[in-house]
Amino acid sequence: MEGIKDRVAVIGMGCTHFGELWDKNHRDLMVDAAYEAFEDAGLEPKDIQMAWYGSRESGFTGTQLASALKLEYIPITRVENFCAGGTDTFRNACYGVASGVCDIALAIGAEKCKDHFGGFNMDILEPFDRSMTEWDGPPVNQFAQLATRYMYHYGWKYEDLKRIFAMIDVKNHHNGTMAPKAQFHREITIEQAINAPIISYPLGLFDACGVSDGSAAAIVTTPEIARSLKKDYMLVKALALTNGGGQAVMQPEYDFIHFPEAVAAAAQAYKEAGITNPRQEIDCAEVHDCFAITELITYEDLGFSPRGKAPEDVEAGSFTLEGDLPVNTDGGLKCFGHPLSASGLRMIYEIYHQLQGKAGPRQLKKADMGLVHNIGGICGFFNCAIAILGKPE
Amino acid sequence: MVGITAYGAYVPLFRLSREAIAKGAKGEKSICNFDEDSITMAAAATIDCLNGIDRDTVDGLYFASTTHPYKEKLGATTIAMAADLKTDILTTDFSHSLRAGTSALKSALDAVKAGSAKKVMVTAADCRLAFPRSAFEPNFGDGAGALLIGDTDVAVTVEASYSVYNEIMDVWRHETDSFVRTWEDRFTLTHGYLEGVKEAVSGLMKKFGYSPGDFSKVVLYSPDGRRHTELAKSLGFDPKTQVQDPLFAVMGNTGTAAPLMLLVAALEEAKAGDRILLASYGDGSDAFVLQVTEQIEKIRDRRGMKEHLASKKVVTDYKDYLAWRGILPAEPRKETVAFLSAPAIWRERDANLRLHGVKCKACGTVQFPPQRVCTHCHTKDQFEPYRLSDKRARVFTFAMDRITSPILELPIVTTTIDFDGGGRIQCFLTDRDPEQVECGLPVEMTFRKLQLKGGIQNYFWKSMPIRT
Repeated sequence: MEGIKDRVAVIGMGCTHFGELWDKNHRDLMVDAAYEAFEDAGLEPKDIQMAWYGSRESGFTGTQLASALKLEYIPITRVENFCAGGTDTFRNACYGVASGVCDIALAIGAEKCKDHFGGFNMDILEPFDRSMTEWDGPPVNQFAQLATRYMYHYGWKYEDLKRIFAMIDVKNHHNGTMAPKAQFHREITIEQAINAPIISYPLGLFDACGVSDGSAAAIVTTPEIARSLKKDYMLVKALALTNGGGQAVMQPEYDFIHFPEAVAAAAQAYKEAGITNPRQEIDCAEVHDCFAITELITYEDLGFSPRGKAPEDVEAGSFTLEGDLPVNTDGGLKCFGHPLSASGLRMIYEIYHQLQGKAGPRQLKKADMGLVHNIGGICGFFNCAIAILGKPE
Repeated sequence: MVGITAYGAYVPLFRLSREAIAKGAKGEKSICNFDEDSITMAAAATIDCLNGIDRDTVDGLYFASTTHPYKEKLGATTIAMAADLKTDILTTDFSHSLRAGTSALKSALDAVKAGSAKKVMVTAADCRLAFPRSAFEPNFGDGAGALLIGDTDVAVTVEASYSVYNEIMDVWRHETDSFVRTWEDRFTLTHGYLEGVKEAVSGLMKKFGYSPGDFSKVVLYSPDGRRHTELAKSLGFDPKTQVQDPLFAVMGNTGTAAPLMLLVAALEEAKAGDRILLASYGDGSDAFVLQVTEQIEKIRDRRGMKEHLASKKVVTDYKDYLAWRGILPAEPRKETVAFLSAPAIWRERDANLRLHGVKCKACGTVQFPPQRVCTHCHTKDQFEPYRLSDKRARVFTFAMDRITSPILELPIVTTTIDFDGGGRIQCFLTDRDPEQVECGLPVEMTFRKLQLKGGIQNYFWKSMPIRT
């Protein structure tokens, strides 16, 4: 079995401003993201042979994308994998190119979350059915349960773990001030984060990401075509996807201090990319910080920190722009915003630019290998997508 | 010999201080939580009554209430499902009168006597709405009672019964009304309640040759404390020694459920040989002469009235009560579910209403909801049903949501719980004190309502701290 490593190249990326974009619909947003990607790649819409469109909240079928860009009868598949949808959309486009059925493919994610009251369509079926007797609260209640158990399992005092969350929040807010397209551009203090109103205990306002509208796009092709088009293309090193099958909520052994879906996806990705020491080999990462606890646990799930030790690395500043493994350099979901299926592609957009050295004031000194991680769903039923990008040799 | 073979009751955890309604008012009344209704309370009383009894032996369930959630749709079937009873049994609802509880009792006695059933569960519940600030409001309490009628192991025999009806507009609620109406109380109580019950009780005593001194305890439904004493005296009973406390101070008038609940309270104190008179009221009166047998000592192991009354939380904010009853409307935008599917509700009925999980026959793993392929050993279609509703559990982890529904419950607590004996589910925690929620908290399951959409009320189970 041949992996995806070095078989697909990213040649164009685009991303809209993320935020409460009341005056734009998802097609407007896709036009903005896609045309930025076309310009970046030096291509035109007619060059796209196949496309994948990721969306959870905004429109069914590939016709949403076809009508936005006026694509002429090409195959477009709509991808929905909850918050992992963006990276999964990218994954599908890469597989299209790697399979040889097309040379140039477009992956685009777009969401109009803010057309729903509060920003999220709460009429969630997954993983249950229309009898709607099961859990029906917003996602924060899922992640807050991991925070509660993390605190209990490791014997953290509430105030102390809140301070760790706050440090993650402050870092992401700081990074977001340097990302012009981010939803929030405001520094916050540790005290502000700790004292903010509780959304769902133990998570507070600043422990939760923005809910946003936005779109991001990637154009992928073969390394050969990429070389003919530009110098600073990036290579796909790994693509992983896992889906939980309810194990966590059916098996009392599940401990609520890790995401088994993420651990499995990381193992797939590292194997494919040939990574044995992620903390050393990965230079930067965009991880799914829907809530501060998610980012904290993800450090451990991805092998950046030993199990239970992520708070120590947070206190040491390891994941800040100045740290040895900067995470969420553009502000993450926390500050860049989280239009569900666009987020994965926004993360790839950031990694692509870090690797190209075009990340502006937040540019890292060394960025040769970057990782993107999305996780979405509810306990036991998470979907986790990971993509690893690297510079060509 | 036909009679009562087991009893049970349910008083909601919450009590509204009458002071919250009107300054200086004394005592408290039981109020159901926002996620309770007559069906859920009757289910709780039924399950209390069934403690230690094989549920497959029950071959009938009658549900009495003037506050059915549905105008057309049986409540007895939902309660039978929640109590995990067989499906080939008699089920029906009795309604439209506060007398419906004793009418159901009479019908169950007759059904068992006639041989059409061996064991019939009679349950009555009410949560009646009074006009805010009306004289009824401080008086109406919420609760449920349950009596299991059978012809073996009888704890309370029925020696005689007698019924009268009257036709009077004394207490009523038209289809278009939400709140109970009445006329001037000198009229309604004199010609309705007092005359009606008196006619039934004296008729009963005369017909079967009893005199007031024959009874060790008299259980009389009453709309209020003053008329209760007045009636007892006029019938020749000694209010101090013979008459069951109508529990107005601690519970209020629980309507259709009241005669059953007060009888349960009397039975909790009764000993073998005691003779009890029971009389209800509502468009007439049903009166019964009951006698307690030795068997009573074998059915003590239930919460009944005493434990439920002792376990309480007092609500002091009148607005909470108004919001829970839907009198203060919640912001509609907070509603989250677009629609409920009748086929899905039907398909998932054993999981949702009986709280049946499955146990893998190959590896023994308990899992919920029921699966086709085992989560542990991956064996296909080798499961047996496994009831989780009667298992206790512990909170493994939780979240406390302060955003979703601030008007009804703040915060809403989501729990992941592990059952004693296996099985894990995620569900809401109800009747909780946020200060006391913690990992490891022991919980039990309670049948509650969730969403109301398109005229469909769906029900499911929540965890709650064990009521002690």
